[in-house]
Amino acid sequence: MNRDDFPLLSDDIIYFDNSATSLKPKCVIDKMVEYYSKYPANAHRGDYDLSYKVDQEYEETRELVKDFINAEYLEEIIFTSGTTDSLNMIINGFFANLLEQNDEVLLTMSEHASNILPWYNLAQKKGIKINYVPLDNNYYLTMDNLKKTVTPNTKVISIAGITNVIGDIRPVKEICAWAHENNIFVILDGAQMVPHVRVDVKDLDVDFLAFSAHKMCGPTGVGVLYGKKELLEHLEPTTLGGGMNESFDNPYEVVLKELPTRLEAGTRNIAGVIGFKEAIKYLNNIGMENIHKYELDLRKYLINKLLLLKHIDIINIESDSGIVTFNVNNIFSQDVAYYLNKYNICVRAGTHCAKILKSSVGVSNTVRISLYFYNTYEEIDNLVELLSNYDKILKEMI
Amino acid sequence: MNAEKIRNVIMDNYQNPYNYQKKHDGYQMVNTKNNSCIDNINLYIKWNNDVIDDISFDGEACAISISSTSIMIKNLVGKTKVEALKYIDSFDKMLNCENFDKDLLKDAIVFKNMGNQGNRKICAYLPLMGMKKAILEK
Repeated sequence: MNRDDFPLLSDDIIYFDNSATSLKPKCVIDKMVEYYSKYPANAHRGDYDLSYKVDQEYEETRELVKDFINAEYLEEIIFTSGTTDSLNMIINGFFANLLEQNDEVLLTMSEHASNILPWYNLAQKKGIKINYVPLDNNYYLTMDNLKKTVTPNTKVISIAGITNVIGDIRPVKEICAWAHENNIFVILDGAQMVPHVRVDVKDLDVDFLAFSAHKMCGPTGVGVLYGKKELLEHLEPTTLGGGMNESFDNPYEVVLKELPTRLEAGTRNIAGVIGFKEAIKYLNNIGMENIHKYELDLRKYLINKLLLLKHIDIINIESDSGIVTFNVNNIFSQDVAYYLNKYNICVRAGTHCAKILKSSVGVSNTVRISLYFYNTYEEIDNLVELLSNYDKILKEMI
Repeated sequence: MNAEKIRNVIMDNYQNPYNYQKKHDGYQMVNTKNNSCIDNINLYIKWNNDVIDDISFDGEACAISISSTSIMIKNLVGKTKVEALKYIDSFDKMLNCENFDKDLLKDAIVFKNMGNQGNRKICAYLPLMGMKKAILEK
């Protein structure tokens, strides 16, 4: 759907790497060009019309994001450079101060590097413990396994809403309800979730949420850190500098601004934030429910076709998102990706930044198809036709 | 070499890689990989002073990287450090469309066209990067 809105799709390209980043509709590109062409001033700075215009445009995005995830307050929306930045701020600005030696964080083996490496760092520096909830036979996170892994020392659960290799949707609402009964915080890595399904932070009751604009038709270099206001008040800035301070007469008399500005030091990615606004409007116009339903229909169509190919081993036959991960028998995933590239089909090969998942799945590298609403049944037909001929893959992969 | 012959040499070295095995005692081990893809190869080199007595390898990599490693090993065993560096230099020149020594590279000339494919150029060069590292570290 909506293919005419995407300049790249006028070329003969089939783009199936949407978990890495999404394509950008013309309205987002145009909005960024508008900023750079018509009011390229800094935000929160000047008393002149151009700067005031920038403030308006920038803050309108915050309002749209707030409504998009149904946050309670504008102050709960912090603009960052992306999910990685958001997660690092949450972990280093909040949990680094809260957690003590032997306190535990609960992760899973299918988390993205961005939700593992900052915790490794904290484990090294503060002696916190990292525990992993075992995944079930489908590599899903279940409530039973989660409850079994929690100990009296567990202080925080940090998980992706949708994982980027398996594509399962985690029972976030149930996890939050149970975690909060047990005084455990929940961080939601929404990088693969917010672009594809409706996320309502009040309904889910998550404490923190991180996501990126570029995976949801927005610009690169923009992300969102959501936190409950009472928690964000205690999140210490990990970056200090311009824009976020009230006064700094000497090292002992530094006064910072209120939320959200306190956590947005320096000149932000203004063009990106303003462009992000158009992306949210765009997704709202299509409707997140429609996007999710269409992706599931596409996925089912793809899976049913791949299941007929004996030389294809699908890692995640069952999944609730548009992610399909597979291997072609005895062919290295990267060679499959190169083969498809010859036909202008973009897919990802590798570990997909979930490098510790391989010990659970038993396969280190895979080919990943990740769908979005602008993909079509015809594109899937083209892909499956190319994958159906094993000898052709073998012949043309080099 | 025609396209069919090139393909056969690459596939033969990919499907039956020469000296694909891990080695331990008496071997220098170097790992070679790059940031832009998932190829990951360990080279195991046995030296007799400045002469390469033996090379073997293991790891996970694409058809181009595996076959380039296999061919490199066939070409370098018995060579001195200086000769190995000349081989690496010639391979580098071939990938960059400069004049190179065909006699030195032997079957490795099958990778000549990889120089025009940015994303596969590094795959072909990967084992040579490792070998260069091994020589410099020795």
